[in-house]
Amino acid sequence: MQNEVMFAGFGGQGILLSAKILAHAAMEEGFEVVWIPSYGPEMRGGTAYCTVVVSDRPIGSPIIKNPGHLVAMNKPSLLKFAPVVKPGGVILINSSLVPDRSGRGDVNELSVPVTDIAKELGSVKAANIVALSAFVAKSKIVPWESIKRCIHDEFKEKTKFMELNMKATEEGRKAGEA
Amino acid sequence: MAKVLMKGNEAIGEAAIRAGCLNYFAYPITPQSEVAEYLSKRMPEAGGVFLQGESEVAVGYMIFGAAGAGARVFTTSSSPGVSLMSEAISYIAGAQCPAVFVNIIRGGPGLGGILPSQADYFQATKGGGHGDYRLLVMAPASVQEAVEMVMKAFPLAEKYRNPVMILGDGLIGQMMEPVEFPDGLRSEPTNKDDWATNGMDSRNSDKQNLVKSLFLDPKALNDNNLALKAKYDRMKIEEVRYEPYNLDSPYQALIVSYGTMSRVCRTVIDNLKSEGIEVAMIRPQTLFPFPEKAIHDAADVDGCKIVFSIEMSMGQMVEDVERCIKGKRPVEWYGKCGGDVPTPEEIMEIIKERL
Amino acid sequence: MGKIFTKPEALSDNHTHYCPGCTHGVIHRLVAEAIDELGIKGRTVGIAPVGCAVLAYNYFTFDFQEAAHGRAPAMATGIKRVRPDLIVFTYQGDGDLASIGMGEIIHAANRGEKFTTIFVNNAVYGMTGGQMAPTTMPNQRTTTSPLGRNVEDTGMPIKMAELLSALQTPGYITRQTVIKPKYIVKAKKAIKQAFTYQVERRCFSLVEVVSTCPTNWGMTPLDAIDWAENTLLPYYPLGEYKTPE
Repeated sequence: MQNEVMFAGFGGQGILLSAKILAHAAMEEGFEVVWIPSYGPEMRGGTAYCTVVVSDRPIGSPIIKNPGHLVAMNKPSLLKFAPVVKPGGVILINSSLVPDRSGRGDVNELSVPVTDIAKELGSVKAANIVALSAFVAKSKIVPWESIKRCIHDEFKEKTKFMELNMKATEEGRKAGEA
Repeated sequence: MAKVLMKGNEAIGEAAIRAGCLNYFAYPITPQSEVAEYLSKRMPEAGGVFLQGESEVAVGYMIFGAAGAGARVFTTSSSPGVSLMSEAISYIAGAQCPAVFVNIIRGGPGLGGILPSQADYFQATKGGGHGDYRLLVMAPASVQEAVEMVMKAFPLAEKYRNPVMILGDGLIGQMMEPVEFPDGLRSEPTNKDDWATNGMDSRNSDKQNLVKSLFLDPKALNDNNLALKAKYDRMKIEEVRYEPYNLDSPYQALIVSYGTMSRVCRTVIDNLKSEGIEVAMIRPQTLFPFPEKAIHDAADVDGCKIVFSIEMSMGQMVEDVERCIKGKRPVEWYGKCGGDVPTPEEIMEIIKERL
Repeated sequence: MGKIFTKPEALSDNHTHYCPGCTHGVIHRLVAEAIDELGIKGRTVGIAPVGCAVLAYNYFTFDFQEAAHGRAPAMATGIKRVRPDLIVFTYQGDGDLASIGMGEIIHAANRGEKFTTIFVNNAVYGMTGGQMAPTTMPNQRTTTSPLGRNVEDTGMPIKMAELLSALQTPGYITRQTVIKPKYIVKAKKAIKQAFTYQVERRCFSLVEVVSTCPTNWGMTPLDAIDWAENTLLPYYPLGEYKTPE
């Protein structure tokens, strides 16, 4: 069984990090995992995307044209990638920045104002963690305790961001389960 | 040791240290600059040498100098940078010094692009520099395999006193996968007293050691080339590595593919199997020496109608595949070379069309 | 009676291939004397250039590497970084150091690599047959400037000692010559000083040695000495250009 999650947004929205934390959690759960960034000119401020592939057997092609799920942090990402998500997948839309819907009737769509939630918690920088947590709570791609532990691990040595991000984790979960 | 999630480039840097190589010289170039960034911090921690040279040309000779003095040394670069280092690689091969070069290939020719490519196959396997020399070339298909190949590269370079090249593509460098660094692949540098310029006092000798590639006497130069050839012939016997895939099935077609491209082909083979079409693959892990016999024998079985060389290049490895098969089966190339990795879907379509 | 003159241990018994009147032999000897006097032969590695001195390793009795054209400073950097205890020197001509190897020498000097460079400047490419070098004088005839070097086309000769002295990194840069005994004594002192700075792990050191090439200049050895003194030395003044103090 293989599952793919695409994280997409503006450069600077923490796309690569939230994808990495998910990859880490999947690895800890014993899955095969690959984290593939878009490393072209996109990384200089444009649209960035990153795919995490999780599988129970060795992963073949790391190039994913049709991801199982999508976390869209901005509008261009939603427009570009929503049409290619596999039927039955989760599409998480950052409704703080994206007023639109995916227009897909065959997916599990979830709109969460992740940027606003992060702002209320103290910094928009935590929007990626809100989104990741909401996505995991909704998709259950890895157990909740696992993602929570990996978020905690990620900020272990960045103590001043720890409290903010653990709050973001909790708020994300609530939004994802709502 | 527990697995850690690491980016290919960083894992390559760490693998060299774990293998026992504490000397690194490099020049930044996308998509492998993370190796230098990682080692600029990690090498000093490990008590090693890190130096950012002024160009790939200079770095090539820093590697030559250090290797000639008997040190274990390596560098990493990407295609245009490797072109610049190719001069030094020729000298290093001619002077019979061990060194490890990693090429995280980007698209070419010229500046090309920064996305994944396998278009440096010829450069790596047929000699990018001048003269009759070969590199032992290994091509990883995962971050874990990149780690293991880097760790094995140092003792191999020393065994043959010849440069070893790890040929990865941009994806191998950029993607993260879980990796472990096998303790068993750590090795001690060999004793180099009989040839290295490590200082006569260091080896209690009053005999001069020379590291050179100049042989003005035609017989001496021919002898040097014969000595090199003997090493390459020995590599062909002792160092061929490949991975067979689905070779036990009654396959109708054989794929030859390496690196990231071979992973896409693995997906192709799995998908076709579920549709009732059997295809097998030989994945060369060494590109020089090339798994000639394995490919020949796999193509030669009854029922195998066609052989595909699938590469992220405009058809380079296909020439070696044709050479192995000696005309016994039709050989077709399929590939792309702009950084757009061919998808399983398009490869499946090509194969179905031909069968 | 005591022995008052002997061949340095660092020099081999081989006859050199250098032309009559060439100054490489003298410079080799000064290098060998400095190495003997400092007692460093057993930990010295020389780097031969591409140029007339490409076979220099045949004339010395310690370890040697042979570089590609111009790349000796990069090789010296590699050796010195992994083996700081070794004494490393490059021996380079003007085509090697000031033309094809300009990038390598400037960056090595600027990093303050703690090796020594002996830079033999005779204003012409020797081994390849007398072509124009970056240090060739205005109007000097060479096989690639048959009417004399036209500085409108090719620029003025490069003054390497001055150029390298402009770097802010501390170093020892000096220009000497060996065309007459009185100069040889000073050149010897400078070469030994350059190696001494390296032994002390102080700084990069470079000794430019203004030299003759009677064969490619088309002169007798004696005329070559006169030409060097009257034409080269006024343009390439001798002296200490930079000291680490």
